[in-house]
Amino acid sequence: MTAPLPSPARVSARFPLRAKLCALALGLALGGALPALADDLPDVQRLVKQGQYAQALGKVDAYLSGKPKDAQGRFLKGLILTEMGKPAEAVAVFTKLTEDYPELPEPYNNLAVLYAQQKQYDKARTALEMAIRTHPSYAIAYENLGDVYAKLASQAYDKALQLDSSNSSTQNKLSLIRDLISTPARANVRPQPPAAPLAAAPAAKPQPAATPAPTAAIIAATPGAASAAALAKPADPKPAAPKTDPAADDIVKTLNNWVEAWSRKDVKAYLAHYAADFRTPKGMSRKAWEAERQDRIAGKAGKISVSYEQPQVTVNGDKATAKFRQRYKAGSLNTSTTKTLVFVRSAGKWLIQEENSR
Amino acid sequence: MFRRQLILAALAACVAASAHARAHPQEKNSRPAKAALAASGAETGKKLPLTVSDSGPEPQLAKIFKEIEGNRLDNALQMTESLLRQYPNFRLGNLIKGDLLLARFQPINGFGALNGAPSDKIADLRSEAIVRLKGYREKPPANYVPRYLLQMQPDQRYAIVVDTQKSRLYLYENDVANGGRPRFVADYYITQGKLGAEKAIEGDKKTPIGVYHVTSSLPRKKLADLYGSGAYPLNYPNEWDKRQGRNGSGIWLHGTPSDTFSRPPRASDGCVVLANRDLDAVGKNLQVGLTPVIISNSVEWLSLDDWNKERTDLDHTIEAWRADWESRDTDRFLKHYSRRFQANGQNFEQFAAQKRQTNASKGWIKVKVNNLSVFRNPGKEEVVVVTFDQDYRSNGLANIMKKRQYWIREDGKWKIIYEGAA
Repeated sequence: MTAPLPSPARVSARFPLRAKLCALALGLALGGALPALADDLPDVQRLVKQGQYAQALGKVDAYLSGKPKDAQGRFLKGLILTEMGKPAEAVAVFTKLTEDYPELPEPYNNLAVLYAQQKQYDKARTALEMAIRTHPSYAIAYENLGDVYAKLASQAYDKALQLDSSNSSTQNKLSLIRDLISTPARANVRPQPPAAPLAAAPAAKPQPAATPAPTAAIIAATPGAASAAALAKPADPKPAAPKTDPAADDIVKTLNNWVEAWSRKDVKAYLAHYAADFRTPKGMSRKAWEAERQDRIAGKAGKISVSYEQPQVTVNGDKATAKFRQRYKAGSLNTSTTKTLVFVRSAGKWLIQEENSR
Repeated sequence: MFRRQLILAALAACVAASAHARAHPQEKNSRPAKAALAASGAETGKKLPLTVSDSGPEPQLAKIFKEIEGNRLDNALQMTESLLRQYPNFRLGNLIKGDLLLARFQPINGFGALNGAPSDKIADLRSEAIVRLKGYREKPPANYVPRYLLQMQPDQRYAIVVDTQKSRLYLYENDVANGGRPRFVADYYITQGKLGAEKAIEGDKKTPIGVYHVTSSLPRKKLADLYGSGAYPLNYPNEWDKRQGRNGSGIWLHGTPSDTFSRPPRASDGCVVLANRDLDAVGKNLQVGLTPVIISNSVEWLSLDDWNKERTDLDHTIEAWRADWESRDTDRFLKHYSRRFQANGQNFEQFAAQKRQTNASKGWIKVKVNNLSVFRNPGKEEVVVVTFDQDYRSNGLANIMKKRQYWIREDGKWKIIYEGAA
């Protein structure tokens, strides 16, 4: 597995869910190469960044008058309308985009954010589930969906228990969930198409370093993808920066091997990830624990799929901790858990010494 | 990561287990094995209508718990959402939905997993879940009837029997074509008093136990929202209650507030509360002043044979009383009365003296008993409530009245302990 992709989303504090609106880049080519007008889009993006929404809107409208179908332009327009506080119009733009390009996850995601802002959580949920259906590896949508589920759960509890919405317990729960699903250094570690073309973007304009570089992690399937993505992509290496520690990279690689062994039910390879002094749960004997794992992995009917998201790795000499959200799917069971693995380095290999989920 | 589903499964199992554990503990006669099987749920499903819209949320609830037990949480959530589309204000449904959503992103610790949720409300909803599932799994067996409904008068079209322990109201039809045997129509979840049943004194927040009828119908627009779609006051305290020194008033059958589908099993001040849609359904069949409303701690069920026997025995007893009255043999007549008899300010001695005097002055007496109803009074003592139109004629007096008698079993014999105008 290569280095994680840049952080794909922008967090806006204005959104009640801290929902991540997919900003700026709809990183794929639609309708082939862009004509001369294409230069307009980075300008639009720059205007958006500077907060000059009215101008940006004028410019994107002009752009779209020549290319009314253009997904990139329409996406930007939706974004601008959102920033301008015109949610109804923005919803219309994103809705139309989902109809015209049902394979794109970003419009669904942004639609969901807008719905969530309007407290229409059921609609938000549907949109996010669509985003995930189109792109199962779309981490932002998972994260937003987690928030939406939390909101929906909270609403259901309010109805069930006649809670005052100012009830402190609800707030506690929400903040707990916040801890659970928001991590400062987010990394999408799902298999992704190479990110290299994005980084090599030649047409990118210099950006203020302070601005986060929001880029959706997109499957760029068409040949024109790289150039189109490049147009849309402000080159900013910053998001990749926190992941430079080679030991941390090793941990991520180990994690990958671990979930892969688990997913292909290779119990031997799976167990090889555990240190000799691994702390078995409930003080089980190592033998009993191995037997249980054998039974639960190889003994499970059907497919198992395990993956993880948002790993936070801290390395301290020969010890390391990886905290992440683990997604486990077997049959109709679909779980997401926050898990912490404590690794110890032994003979150059990172082995799991502790495994905790909450 | 396996914790989540294990806990949920344990919850479902717990609800199911407690629902099974006390299957028909109060039943008088042991049922045939087939009926017992039906109560375990395996067969009950078949007997239920295919459409769930008229049988309340229980069938869906049972399916949801089955999905949770089977770890199919996505299905469970889908079903819960469809349940809530039907009953948006169903708090229990909303709680399950909250739990299932919460379980999508964190392990949960069981029913009502919301951090810091008020435990009293969770406990209320948990007991609602248990009694609803119990009510669903333990439908009254087809060939059994509530012991209380011994005989309805022909114009009583329906009878209501409430089981407070099961939080259930059963609606029976008077199947006149079939010899007046009670025919099961429907059953509904109910709420009783906060402190349970056996009301004794004003303000004890209990639901009375006994044989009642509704005295009037109060339409929604005359009521506060708390009472929902309507209210039917009961004649608590009745003659028997008063004799037992019970007091209090304002015991009604009524509905739920507009934002509430159902209230917890124990929540009222003594009233019997139904979901508005259920109250409307029951209300259609209520005849003011006529429909019996029998409230019991725990309904006793009789096989049709046993029911027939009890009914026939009582019919014979009542007929003997009537014939002995006509005979003007005062001693024979008084044998039908308990020494503890008390009515209209008379004790047994006073009543006996008056009867001797009256009978002595009569050349002939004719007594007709019409429109007889016989209901067994729930409770520890064996008491039946007998109501009829009495057509009394004698030389010098003719009187038609509606009479009510309470008969009590003393040393194996039925004796009148109270009688008066109804």
